[in-house]
Amino acid sequence: MSTLTEAPPPLTPAAPEQTPPRKRGRWTPYWLLLPGILWLVVFFAAPMVYQASTSVQTGSLEEGYKVTWHFVTYWDAVSEYWPQFLRSVAYAASATVLCLLLGYPLAYLIAFRAGRWRNLIMILVIAPFFTSFLIRTLAWKTILADGGPVVGALNTLHVLDVTSWLGWTSGDRVLATPLAVVCGLTYNFLPFMILPLYTSLERIDGRLHEAAGDLYAKPSTVFRKVTFPLSMPGVVSGTLLTFIPATGDYVNASLLGSADTGMIGNVIQSQFLRVLDYPTAAALSFVLMAAILAMVTFYIRKSGTEDLV
Amino acid sequence: MVFVTSFKNWFKRNLVVIAGLLTLAYLLLPNVVVTVFSFNKPNGRFNYEWQQFSTDAWKDPCGVAGLCGSLSLSLQIALWATLGATALGTAIAFALVRYRFRARGAINSLIFLPMAMPEVVMAASLLTLFLNMGAQLGFWTILIAHIMFCLSFVVTAVKARVMSMDPRLEQAAQDLYAGPFQTFLRVTLPIAAPGIAAGALLAFALSFDDFIITNFNAGSTVTFPMFVWGSAQRGTPVQINVIGTAMFVIAVLFVLASMVIGNRRNRRKA
Amino acid sequence: MTTNTTKNQTDGGGDVRLAGISKTYGSFTAVHPLDLTVPQGSFFALLGASGCGKTTTLRMIAGLEEPSGGTVHLGDQDVTALPPYKRPVNTVFQSYALFPHLDIYENVAFGLRRRGIKSVKKQVGEMLDLVQLGEQARKKPHQLSGGQQQRVAVARALINHPKVLLLDEPLGALDLKLRRQMQLELKRIQTEVGITFVHVTHDQEEAMTMADQVAVMNAGRVEQLGAPADLYENPRTTFVANFLGTSNLVEAEVDSRSGDDVVVKAAGDKLVLPGARCSAPAKTGGKVLVGVRPEKISLTHADDAGAIPEGRNRITGRIANTSFIGVSTQYVVDCAACPEFEVYAQNIDRDPRLAPGAEVVLHWSPAHTFGLDADQSVLAGTMGDAGVAEGEAA
Repeated sequence: MSTLTEAPPPLTPAAPEQTPPRKRGRWTPYWLLLPGILWLVVFFAAPMVYQASTSVQTGSLEEGYKVTWHFVTYWDAVSEYWPQFLRSVAYAASATVLCLLLGYPLAYLIAFRAGRWRNLIMILVIAPFFTSFLIRTLAWKTILADGGPVVGALNTLHVLDVTSWLGWTSGDRVLATPLAVVCGLTYNFLPFMILPLYTSLERIDGRLHEAAGDLYAKPSTVFRKVTFPLSMPGVVSGTLLTFIPATGDYVNASLLGSADTGMIGNVIQSQFLRVLDYPTAAALSFVLMAAILAMVTFYIRKSGTEDLV
Repeated sequence: MVFVTSFKNWFKRNLVVIAGLLTLAYLLLPNVVVTVFSFNKPNGRFNYEWQQFSTDAWKDPCGVAGLCGSLSLSLQIALWATLGATALGTAIAFALVRYRFRARGAINSLIFLPMAMPEVVMAASLLTLFLNMGAQLGFWTILIAHIMFCLSFVVTAVKARVMSMDPRLEQAAQDLYAGPFQTFLRVTLPIAAPGIAAGALLAFALSFDDFIITNFNAGSTVTFPMFVWGSAQRGTPVQINVIGTAMFVIAVLFVLASMVIGNRRNRRKA
Repeated sequence: MTTNTTKNQTDGGGDVRLAGISKTYGSFTAVHPLDLTVPQGSFFALLGASGCGKTTTLRMIAGLEEPSGGTVHLGDQDVTALPPYKRPVNTVFQSYALFPHLDIYENVAFGLRRRGIKSVKKQVGEMLDLVQLGEQARKKPHQLSGGQQQRVAVARALINHPKVLLLDEPLGALDLKLRRQMQLELKRIQTEVGITFVHVTHDQEEAMTMADQVAVMNAGRVEQLGAPADLYENPRTTFVANFLGTSNLVEAEVDSRSGDDVVVKAAGDKLVLPGARCSAPAKTGGKVLVGVRPEKISLTHADDAGAIPEGRNRITGRIANTSFIGVSTQYVVDCAACPEFEVYAQNIDRDPRLAPGAEVVLHWSPAHTFGLDADQSVLAGTMGDAGVAEGEAA
């Protein structure tokens, strides 16, 4: 106790006129925000404006472009490429549904049934990220190769007959068909579904399951009435994180598809980087952005989860 | 009969486990293929069909022109993009959680939108900007683009951590004679560190593996994903699989090691 | 220890003086302009239900909250404009706010290090010994029990020799038994170090056990200030009468004055109370609330009413309910003046006739009676009062 008898070093009292430093901090948030927000304004928001202006320009690479409010570009672009638009939405929607169906059991398994294997499974879900996704997408070329074991098995089971009839595959091939593209999209974006699902499932108190069981709910009822509704935030953010990037993707359609499975991303990419028709490409990109924003806004409103924003 | 019923029951009870493991298999199958085919010796330019076992590619991973150069470029870009995005994103996250200011809603949307935008849209619009400015496409345009799209993810990760932090900890530091800067350095930063690290790791992974935005804004510069993309057209060297496998193994070992160390430290302290 | 105490007392600079201090958030007033002096070296408690402004007051002393008006003085020094890290005041936070990334040793050393003291080893060691945590120095806070964490929080603040130690509900997170133990422990430490303690609590028993002086706060105002026994015996508002222990409050009309005493009438019964103990203006024909504590009352069966000495206040009624507590029996008695009169009787000789339904006479000494202004809610400060229910439950 002797320490307490030693007088503490005196604290230097500040002059009372001095403004408290807390008041000086009024500008702090703006200084913190400035660099990052400036970056986003210049390299995210401003490009959107440039793109909008490019889409109504006319001219050529040699003579330069001028804003002529040439809205006809939109009409031409959409009327020429609407099949790709539709295909993008259809493929992305199928992939999203598949991701949900495949991802939910795995997320549930990690959250409630994995026990001491939980961390290991988590690592196995995330680790593939570290192999470039292009390499992994190329691996599907081997897996789905013509005459390979997967195609052989599907053939023997007559699954391919059904999918061919539906127009998902053609003949004995899976590669270069819509099925291959959707399969690749599903594979690529599956972790983006699993992680948010897991996050919201993991928050659910396990005792709720017991309580529901105690109150005469069958396991299937427990799932329908308790687990699934409580995991809705994960379902919503998972579907968004899958659907949005899948719609704009052109990698899977390029590597696993054919000319007949082109998505809107493929068109934008080739217009920009090969055809060099900037107004058309900008118009298509602008329409895609507007369509996605409209769909996402509608979906978020509908599902009543706005925590994401 | 009894056996069949009990099997049925077992199956019913473990349905979700079986389905989950099948999904896991679907997720891991390509990695298995990548690994197996890193020991292939293909006939011709493409490495899609199994021919014969060989460790040639493992002995000479840089044996393909441009491969290791693109890898090192990707690592450099990822490193700088991580630094930039983490610094800018952490500052924004702190401002959002800790301060009141005008235009909060607009700023939140500006941060959310890049995550809700298909990459191809961001890539295309950024390219129109660079073209309009007459910028030279290459290392710098890639870096600018990567910092831009990683920023929002860093903000989200750091924000979550800072929000869950007890404000009384900082008050306690102030009460114990730490000025604003000392409080930040000694208390706020160490406690927010896991969130910042998570954001940085995410930024690194996103930048390193980015293809679409890079594809638009790289000009003739070739990052590793760009190299793989090009090789899908020209011919896929086995070395690509070697690099892919090595990255997977290193990542898993890294995570396992950090878990083991963490466990041991906890056990020693308890 | 003694040297420290005397030294501080002689320099006379240890008083905490709040002058007209107030805090408003928008249109809500958390603390109304408040004058309060906490004498050097005392153990002072701010008592009230949650939301009464006691924590805000404490935080204004600490500098964690900027007052909307008024000043804070520590001794002769005006510290109103000083940020918390420049005030010679330390706080034990509610739920402790121990730094999770630092071990116990570094938590305790934090304040010394921030003030540029290099050799902290001896002081930290001795401080950890004082709170009996020498063995735990290298553990992280989450590895400690609630009671140990609480002691670390105290050590971390005390090691800086503050002029005032502020404690914000420091025992709130502990279970009952540990809380009793820590009350004694804190009291011991306070006597030992002689530092002024300002203690915020919603637990009236805790405030009365530990503090030399208690300020009872309600809705942003100090209702009454005084020593625990004084507050208990002479409450000046119904809130204090009900919040500290239990009071029987009876509405009555002033009948007459006889000498220093006031005579009132409550539903036909005549009651007498000392004028000095009546905080309401006792005009003839005016209303007052007459109060008496349950343990001051004696209970006699109606058959023995003749044996009650003259000069005592008496009310007749019927026993509605009894509960046996061990040391005492609590009776609820139905009277004309008051439907639920509470009486606590020591279990010395139990009269078997005192069972529910029995006609009884309640009687007590006029000296134990107090009078309150009748313009207040009789229920203020009770469980029935919404503001208090939460605090009592916690």
